[in-house]
Amino acid sequence: MAIQQISIFIEDRQGQMADVIKKIADAGINIRALSVADSRDFGILRLIVSDTAKTKELLEEDVLVKVTDVIAVRMDDIHGALYKILKVLEDAQINLDYSYAFTASKDKGAYVVFRVADNEAAEKLLSEKGFTFIDEV
Amino acid sequence: MGNYFQPEIETASREELLKIQNEKIVKQVRHVYDNVEYYRNLMDEKGVKPEDIKSVDDIRKLPFLSKADLREAYPYGLLGTDLKDCVRIHSTSGTTGKRVVAFYTQHDIDLWDDCCARAIIAAGGSKEDVVQVCYGFGLFTGGAGLNGGSHKVGCLTLPMSSGNTDRQIQFMMDLNSTILCCTPSYAAYIGESLAEAGYKPSDNKLKAGIFGAEPWTEEMRQNIESSLGIKAYDIYGLTETSGPGVAFECEAQTGMHINEDHFYAEIIDPETGEVLPEGSVGELVFTALDKEAFPLLRYRTRDLCVLTHEKCSCGRNFVKMCKPMGRSDDMMIIRGVNVFPSQIETVLLNEGYTPNYQIIVDRKDNTDTFDINVELTPDQFSDKIADIQKMEKQLEAAMRTMLGIGPKVHICAPKSITRSEGKAVRVIDNRKLH
Repeated sequence: MAIQQISIFIEDRQGQMADVIKKIADAGINIRALSVADSRDFGILRLIVSDTAKTKELLEEDVLVKVTDVIAVRMDDIHGALYKILKVLEDAQINLDYSYAFTASKDKGAYVVFRVADNEAAEKLLSEKGFTFIDEV
Repeated sequence: MGNYFQPEIETASREELLKIQNEKIVKQVRHVYDNVEYYRNLMDEKGVKPEDIKSVDDIRKLPFLSKADLREAYPYGLLGTDLKDCVRIHSTSGTTGKRVVAFYTQHDIDLWDDCCARAIIAAGGSKEDVVQVCYGFGLFTGGAGLNGGSHKVGCLTLPMSSGNTDRQIQFMMDLNSTILCCTPSYAAYIGESLAEAGYKPSDNKLKAGIFGAEPWTEEMRQNIESSLGIKAYDIYGLTETSGPGVAFECEAQTGMHINEDHFYAEIIDPETGEVLPEGSVGELVFTALDKEAFPLLRYRTRDLCVLTHEKCSCGRNFVKMCKPMGRSDDMMIIRGVNVFPSQIETVLLNEGYTPNYQIIVDRKDNTDTFDINVELTPDQFSDKIADIQKMEKQLEAAMRTMLGIGPKVHICAPKSITRSEGKAVRVIDNRKLH
């Protein structure tokens, strides 16, 4: 049920991110979700795209890319929805490596993306509590 | 009467000095040939016998020693006396992590202390002075050398060692230090810290400073002289020859007099090894004329320099060397510590990285900055920021262990390091020291 995310190492220099995004745009690939993590010297751009394999092939000549499995959990559009999910993970003592959210064009639903040490265990746990996932965007 | 510690030597005529050198070199070559197998083999290979060396003019017949020889002969291969006759070891970093160790008999320590005493007196010192030594103490020669010289002169000595600037300033002000000994960048830093603490240059009792162990410029000299209200004197030396005091500046401040009764200097072409005439820029080579335990003959310093016998107003006839103008190898001196790019390469390979790196050295607020960019390979790439930061920290720790000083490591993308005509630029030194 996991979804594929592509992570890109972005150097701290002007235009780096634009270069990467332009390549994706020129290839007709759609970006469905995006998150940027930044540190003193570099950033990591994390994307969920319409064609992961093609994006990887496109970029790996020039930049560091890595495909990672993440889980995208559907949230209801009501207050406290995210907390319900986090509470399940917290009670099971599952640490989040990182997280971000997006809206899927397919069903207009809100999704939260997680990367944890053991995706399968987290998915199983959340399924048991009635949460649903998306595996393509 | 000028500022001399040993006037009979320091004001000796060229003829008298030459006579001393000629007598010493004949004895020294015999001592080395009889006691240092490593050098005996080099002489035999070259077909030079001790009896071929009759004067310092014959020194050019002898084989050279380089840092590579010191590494190969580590630790005891160049020892000229029994270990039981040695009283001390000092050490400096080598090219691939193996350190250079130098041995001293009491005689060697005494002559080194004499050299430093000459430097202190040439800077206007006497037994009335309070000498604050903030070179590092320990294996590094800086602290021990000036400490010893200060004792010889009879100065009240403050063996502060380096760092802890607040305490340096407190002692300087409370105990009325009159002569400061440290690296020039640390002197500049102390000057700034004094100003920040609200002191004027006239508030301290300092009159002179003896600064060395790293390259510095005339601009830095002026800056230090005005911020501390002193005269700033240069001093030169290296662990291989003893330590600071091989050469020192007099009141003329126009180059450093080499203590020629102990060290014979040559300038050679670094490519061919040929001895160059006076006034040429070339690599400085030293022969220890009377050291016992670590008697290096024709040691190549890799410092590029010019020698001059021009008459000096101070009355000394010792040859003068200019400030080193650069290196004939790739060694850098960062915060007073010798750093070779090959050491950094060794750490990277040991830690499982590719040797794609770039060293960036600069000087900000009178302190050297030291950064290393390291390229990551695709299989090392983690999309977790914390993982990459951990890699940087681990590399920084490994570098610190190897080098003795800690760089800032920056992980960067593959092929991001500047390449010039396909060849990676390994070192960018923005300090403009020469």
